[in-house]
Amino acid sequence: MYAQMVKSEASQEDPEKLAAFQKRIDANEKIEPKDWMPEGYRKTLIRQIGQHAHSEIVGQLPEGNWITRAPTLERKAILLAKVQDEAGHGLYLYCAAETLGVSRDELTEMLLDGRMKYSSIFNYPTLTWADMGAVGWLVDGAAIMNQVPLQRTSYGPYARAMVRICKEESFHQRQGFDIMMKMANGTPAQKQMAQDALNRIWFPALMMFGPSDKDSVHSSQSMAWKIKMNTNDELRQKFVDQTAPQAEYLGLTVPDETLAWNDEKGGYDFAEPDWSEFHDVIQGNGPCNADRLEARNRAWNDNAWVREGMMAHAAKKRAQKVAAQ
Amino acid sequence: MNNALFESLLRLGDNTLVIGHRVSEWCGVAPVLEEDIALANMALDLIGQTQMWLGLAADVEGEGRSADDLAMLRDVWDFRNVLLVEQPNGDFGQTIMRQYLFDQFHLLQLQHLTQSTEDRIAAIAQKAVKEVTYHVDRSRDTVVALGDGTEESNRRMQAALTKLWPYIGEMFAADAIDLEMATAGVIPDPASLRADYDAATRVVFADAVLTPPAGDFAHGGGKTGFRHSEHLGHLLTQMQWLQRAYPGARW
Ligand SMILES: [Fe+2]
Ligand SMILES: [Fe+2]
Repeated sequence: MYAQMVKSEASQEDPEKLAAFQKRIDANEKIEPKDWMPEGYRKTLIRQIGQHAHSEIVGQLPEGNWITRAPTLERKAILLAKVQDEAGHGLYLYCAAETLGVSRDELTEMLLDGRMKYSSIFNYPTLTWADMGAVGWLVDGAAIMNQVPLQRTSYGPYARAMVRICKEESFHQRQGFDIMMKMANGTPAQKQMAQDALNRIWFPALMMFGPSDKDSVHSSQSMAWKIKMNTNDELRQKFVDQTAPQAEYLGLTVPDETLAWNDEKGGYDFAEPDWSEFHDVIQGNGPCNADRLEARNRAWNDNAWVREGMMAHAAKKRAQKVAAQ
Repeated sequence: MNNALFESLLRLGDNTLVIGHRVSEWCGVAPVLEEDIALANMALDLIGQTQMWLGLAADVEGEGRSADDLAMLRDVWDFRNVLLVEQPNGDFGQTIMRQYLFDQFHLLQLQHLTQSTEDRIAAIAQKAVKEVTYHVDRSRDTVVALGDGTEESNRRMQAALTKLWPYIGEMFAADAIDLEMATAGVIPDPASLRADYDAATRVVFADAVLTPPAGDFAHGGGKTGFRHSEHLGHLLTQMQWLQRAYPGARW
């Protein structure tokens, strides 16, 4: 899940309008940009879509970290195509957010100065080539869990962006799993890399779904508005149920001794991640928070002259056109 | 083995390999999102072309090496790319100027290669020429926009052109290998492409309000492998690291 702990806004508007709005949502009608919507709905969506878009953008960095070290030409091409998709996802999502009256530049500024967040997962480092496998398998896998239901979310532009994105995410997960297979069935060193990657990324991947439901204060309004389709714990359970057998298939050990199939509930029992670590990461103290923000700020600031140059040239062209008419 | 043919294929494949690698270094940190996507596209095309050129080179060599072996397991002196493409990215202006200077040459080269008497080369060129037509459109437009943008963007583009100017000549310098292959109609004589290149770039530099430096001094030693710049070794250190550190592993 790329949007964690999105605070939802209460709305103090005309109760009749609010009731009519809720009725449309309950009837599974799509809300479109020109439709009336509660201020809280609009603000919450901006926060959620913005955070999701930022996650796609910052998410380029941990994988971009390995593009120049990819082991074969084909692996390099696949990884590059994948990271390029993530940039595309960011673009679709910023466009969806723009329909709510906030510009891409405004959102970007809020990311760069820390007012807006991105998913905690991208504050972890990618240390070996196996991490390219584990990220695709687990991180894109967790993203899919969250994004598939969001294709039915109530806000039309967001739902449509999700449809496009989901088509590409399954390719991401497959290529990640394919790398894991190669590594897990490779030389002893490769197998060790694969296990090490799983050891490091397992719990951060579980954190992607956000805090446990009992501590998740903002869910109910978002769920009523169908901005959030499932609870955090539901999605986390689903993810573990899907992933644990895959780890077994790979011959790797999930770093959780309590992980066990529970016949009664029809799912796995598993250990919760360390939520204090999660809060540290959210507060800016993850292993890579400073590096990620610095990289994004540098890309934005060092290249300001490029954007200004392009705009100045476009303005000159427009002026020439007007003068010629 | 036909050595001149093998060498010529390495020259083609190493150019696309090295500049594709350089472009991929921009991943995730480009000036705007659209540029991230466009640079990745270009790098993907270039990697794809590398797979074809080096794949064919490996076939011609006939010693059981693959395109990956050639990319990942040769050392600096065995690389045959021109010095221009191994120059560091610098700022975005230097990257896009390097790209335009190469793309314009690359397009002319590929247009001739579609007529190669060696069918396998003509077939690869047919596919690549479509991609590179698009590359040159894009890099040319960006050079013009930034040259004719703000005072700062003009200054940076001028600095990039001045810096890269001495690396243009090597692309057109023919040696015995080129001449042998040109006589057989396999590749064009690079010197024969120079007039068209100069005509095309002259217009672009004028539109971009850039002044080509005086003089035509040209560095050499990349395409012959005699003397690369110091930059190539660092690029290979990164690119080849996994294959070197874990020999024999399959990825
Ligand atoms: Fe994505
Ligand atoms: Fe993805």
